[in-house]
Amino acid sequence: MIYLQLFVSFLQIGLFSFGGGYAAMPLIQDQVVTGHHWLTMAEFTDLITISQMTPGPIAINSATFVGIKIAGVGGALVSTLGCILPSCIIVTCIARLYLKYRNMSMLQGILGSLRPAVVAMVASSGISILISSFWGSEAAIVLKNTNLVLVAVFLLCVVLLKKFKMNPILVMVLAGVINTLFSFLPI
Amino acid sequence: MNDKKNVLLKLFISTLYLSAFTFGGGYVIVTLMKKKFVDQYHWIEEDEMLDLIAIAQSSPGAIAVNGAIVVGYKLAGMVGALVAIIATIIPPFVIISLIFVFYNAFRTNLIVSRMLEGMQAGVGAVIAVVVYEMACGIVQEKSTASIVIMCGAFLAACVFDINVVIIILVCALIGIVRTLIQKRRNAK
Repeated sequence: MIYLQLFVSFLQIGLFSFGGGYAAMPLIQDQVVTGHHWLTMAEFTDLITISQMTPGPIAINSATFVGIKIAGVGGALVSTLGCILPSCIIVTCIARLYLKYRNMSMLQGILGSLRPAVVAMVASSGISILISSFWGSEAAIVLKNTNLVLVAVFLLCVVLLKKFKMNPILVMVLAGVINTLFSFLPI
Repeated sequence: MNDKKNVLLKLFISTLYLSAFTFGGGYVIVTLMKKKFVDQYHWIEEDEMLDLIAIAQSSPGAIAVNGAIVVGYKLAGMVGALVAIIATIIPPFVIISLIFVFYNAFRTNLIVSRMLEGMQAGVGAVIAVVVYEMACGIVQEKSTASIVIMCGAFLAACVFDINVVIIILVCALIGIVRTLIQKRRNAK
């Protein structure tokens, strides 16, 4: 039963994530955190962090991570299969049509309208990650509960990425190191 | 026969290698695929590869997986696609499984949890910058419809908590209608 649930959940993630990169993130959050409570928001944020540090698509990484957590290696296999099945069917169909007709205007038209929505949804998901990072999963969002060190680290990272075009993985490691050092300072 | 086996083996090894060592997501991996299969092996024509990449990027699902499917399918049909998919999935599957074991054992460790906390703020920054750049790209299109869709989708997702699948379906529908209208206009 749990295998079926994992399969169906990741099938939806595979079917509705358009645009690559972070596009799958809001869908995964919806299924895994909000829908089935397989991960807490903090674990989900860890997962996105780990995904960023390792090769491999976020959706496949999540399928493996969530599957193995909920139902062991079998769960990971079932989730991954669910995640790639829509791709297998849709992409081969489109490739076949393309090799025959050499025309993709409808597909690109749909994508043209999806892209702005994907940006917006990734933004929304990014906001929940920042909230979880600055205030924790449970605490109320008030100044008193704010983790000011992490807010400062966040701002520093934005500057390093945007102004100095530093490698994202390096920036994240730096963020981790700074936070670790700060927590051992006697203040 | 031998030739085909050779192609499949090469396909397997190169997709496995790309999947295991490419950081930075699908957009990077398809560029490297083009380098490998067009420039190095000369298995696919450049123009065709660009179209295959466009298919991989426009279809749902992870771009790295989609890229593996189109290239595998083009080179050796269904068998090729299957070989390429398996090779693409093995590295993240193994890596994340191993990490999960360590995650479970070490998440409560003080240093590890402080590290992860800091990295979460870092990943938040990475996402913020990516979103900012993508949003600028949309605004620069100077299309009112795109900007309205972006703002509407943000309100729907962030303020009204509407299920993302519904947002995607509605926007896909808008895309279909817009394309049909465009086609009709062009026909006149």
